[in-house]
Amino acid sequence: MSGDGMANAERAQPVLTARKAGLVGCAECGHVHPKGTPTCSVCGSGLASRDSASLQRVWAWLIAGMVIYIPANVYPMLRTTTFGATQESTIVGGVIDLVDHGSIGVALIVFVASVIIPVSKFIAIAYLALRVQRGKPGTSTHFHLYEFVEFIGRWSMIDVFVVAILSALVQLNFVASINPGIAAVSFALSVAFTMISANSFDPRLIWDAPEGNPV
Amino acid sequence: MAYYGGMTDSLSDLIACPKCDALHRVPDVDIGAQARCVRCGTVLMAPKDGAMTRIVMLSVTALILMVAAVFFPFLELSVQGLGRKSSVFDAVLAFSDGLMLPLSVAVAALIVVLPVFRFVALIYVFAPMALGWTPAPRAKTVFKLAESVRPWAMAEIFIIGVAVALVKVAGLAQVTLGPAFWAFVGLVIITVLKDNFMCRVTVWQTLNARSPS
Repeated sequence: MSGDGMANAERAQPVLTARKAGLVGCAECGHVHPKGTPTCSVCGSGLASRDSASLQRVWAWLIAGMVIYIPANVYPMLRTTTFGATQESTIVGGVIDLVDHGSIGVALIVFVASVIIPVSKFIAIAYLALRVQRGKPGTSTHFHLYEFVEFIGRWSMIDVFVVAILSALVQLNFVASINPGIAAVSFALSVAFTMISANSFDPRLIWDAPEGNPV
Repeated sequence: MAYYGGMTDSLSDLIACPKCDALHRVPDVDIGAQARCVRCGTVLMAPKDGAMTRIVMLSVTALILMVAAVFFPFLELSVQGLGRKSSVFDAVLAFSDGLMLPLSVAVAALIVVLPVFRFVALIYVFAPMALGWTPAPRAKTVFKLAESVRPWAMAEIFIIGVAVALVKVAGLAQVTLGPAFWAFVGLVIITVLKDNFMCRVTVWQTLNARSPS
């Protein structure tokens, strides 16, 4: 892409940001206002050069998401009853069942969505937040990591939907029935909390050089 | 771009990238072309021919498909002579007993309520403008809300969930796809098309230019 060449050239020569120019840019619509303007005249959003409370919200939601991810893995996600015998399976247990049935591809989708994505999201958000707190200016690599985390987070919901569909579909009385376990709730909450955490992150903080950092 | 008479309102000629704060002069972008932020590559402007009409059309189509997707049978399961049809509505109600009720509400919101809200909101915002009228009252507030629920409208993720669920029960029983499944697939494709037609910054500039101040 030709954009990469441009981005590199721009990094060598620092970009003029709205903050450096003494202005405030709207994070919603991009409209520029003089410093100190409280709300955007175009879209009505609250204006802040950098959302200084952003990191507190990021950490609060992230920690909540991490804590509730523990019961999501310990307790059963699904209770399957076939001919009177009940079998409970956790998230990882469900993946192992799929592998046993030979559905490697689907096992991989569930494993990536329910384990790899949430865990790497925790690490990525914490890493980005720590960098900002230490006042290290980021590069486009850090920004793309943020964009990726923001984009991929919602896909973790797959397993919750699988549980919902199976519970609705497989209700054949004695022959077979599938019911949701308590982990379905914890897992859904964990995904929601980390999504809120990523959405609370003000990506403009990632780029800031130390002197422009509010921390 | 907009003409400000004799007064040069220089701030209106500038745009700050919402993702990295880099300042840009508002560029003249040809219809169908894109302007991207020099630093982070975020699309700043992407005017498209007839974009508003298309967004309205696609939203209306999506709403119709959603009605079909919710109430027609979605999947049919049969094992040893026993059969069970289930709709998206049943999937939503799967968690409806006791402690699981909040989850039921959440699933309903993610796969039906929020997508429907977005379609209705976008029709409300874009239909008057597509007809050349001034934007509807509170169009800005409605558009801001529609954009803020965007990550939470998860119809496309639900489809992948269905695929996984199908594989999981394949060994247990015979599963047939119902008409609602295809309606839902259509819905997902239309949602993706529609979102590709929308550039947030461009929409705000259009809304601002057409609003009576």
